[in-house]
Amino acid sequence: MTEIPEHLLKRAAEARAKAAAKGGGDAPAAEGGDAPAGGGAAVATAERTAVATTGAAAPLATGPAGHTQRLLTVVKAGSIQDVRATPVDKVHTWPHLLLAEFVAALACTAFLLIFSIFVNAPLLALANPNLTPNPSKAPWYFLGLQELLTMFHPMVAGVTIPGMGLIVLILAPYIDKNPSNRPEDRKVAIGSMTIFLMFWAVLVMIGSFFRGPGQNFVFPWKDGIFFDL
Amino acid sequence: MARIIERPSISERLAKLNESVQGSQAWNSIFRPGSIFRKGYTDSPRNRSYVIMNSVLYHLHPVKVKRHAVKVSYTLCLGGLSFFLFILLTVTGIFLMFFYRPTAAQAWNDIYTLQTAVAFGLLVRNMHRWAAHLMVLSVFLHMARVFYHGAYKPPREFNWVIGVQLLMFTLLLSFTGYLLPWDQLSLWAVTVGTNMMGYTPVFGTQVRFVLLGGVEIGTDTLLRWYVLHVLMLPFVLVIFMAIHFWRVRKDGGISGPL
Repeated sequence: MTEIPEHLLKRAAEARAKAAAKGGGDAPAAEGGDAPAGGGAAVATAERTAVATTGAAAPLATGPAGHTQRLLTVVKAGSIQDVRATPVDKVHTWPHLLLAEFVAALACTAFLLIFSIFVNAPLLALANPNLTPNPSKAPWYFLGLQELLTMFHPMVAGVTIPGMGLIVLILAPYIDKNPSNRPEDRKVAIGSMTIFLMFWAVLVMIGSFFRGPGQNFVFPWKDGIFFDL
Repeated sequence: MARIIERPSISERLAKLNESVQGSQAWNSIFRPGSIFRKGYTDSPRNRSYVIMNSVLYHLHPVKVKRHAVKVSYTLCLGGLSFFLFILLTVTGIFLMFFYRPTAAQAWNDIYTLQTAVAFGLLVRNMHRWAAHLMVLSVFLHMARVFYHGAYKPPREFNWVIGVQLLMFTLLLSFTGYLLPWDQLSLWAVTVGTNMMGYTPVFGTQVRFVLLGGVEIGTDTLLRWYVLHVLMLPFVLVIFMAIHFWRVRKDGGISGPL
């Protein structure tokens, strides 16, 4: 049971005193209306007495300790009024969002169409299991892993490191418990993610453009590019 | 003496353009009652709500979104574009399926014939190829964007997990598609890739056997990867996408401004 706030008790006492001094029944009636909403509580009062009709001299019916009002319950403001702490500024999805999405989709299609008119997808000679091209490269997004193969045992490069990376990536929200999303509060998270992304980006770049025959290091501007998308 | 030339500002021009478009005969015949919109369409808050509420779009978008969520500079449209690229890849992929048979004897010839003898065949194949690479890139960038905005934080942790799965499935889809042209590039790229997976501890040989449908890449591998590429992986991806999009809305739309 919640404690009855101090000021309400005080006000009730005052009202009681006032009613007693007046000897009439109309004082409590004014009480219910001005419950302080800002104080965090609203008081639900029930008049114990019937509305005092006529200025009868007969004393009003009172409670055990001479109460003319009864406090039924104290209710916290938030449980009745759903007050949003910060009102959210919203706009209609149509046209504001849909139009942007439509334009983005259109631009994307246009880009792909024009790019596809001028640049053909590679189609090399028919697959021949007896003729290994030199170098043989994986698709570009796996070239980071292939690059690791030059440094580590295949199990470490092909399974352990990507597996660990993937698990850490999946668990990122459970590892990073920092509730803030402001960049200045997240230096460690942003720093480590940037290092992670750059690590793979650099490996993919090296694997794509700086590896030639025999997986040897080459400079693309000197020896040419050994890379097909 | 300076002459002040009153030039209409861009917003004034846009307002004028808007007015002339909406006053045009084409506009009024589309939006008149009984046309596409049964009761006609006039721009009012009520009708703006109905466009979403009374259409299938309600599955994807709420009636109203946070103002900052429509800023292109916040999302860069990356998530939406990834989804759009998936649709584009499905459409172009269906076209390609009409002309392709996944056997070692026919695959390469089918692609070659598609490029030389089918109307728009080369163009559609190019689009499929480049859209696939672009999708890998856009999903990856979407992940980076979400991370840098801290959008994986509660209550969105689980959606991040789904998102990482989606990235994985995107890579697998791209990788399985890589083999299908059956040229030297695809054969050896897939050889390199599956050899790496063969180093899985304990089950290495079995993993490789299941992936290849045999001990080496052949016509069985082609059929296996074809089914994975056109049916199984897209199916799984669509289910994960449904969960992903649903969670975006249930978790309160896209993450708040920084």
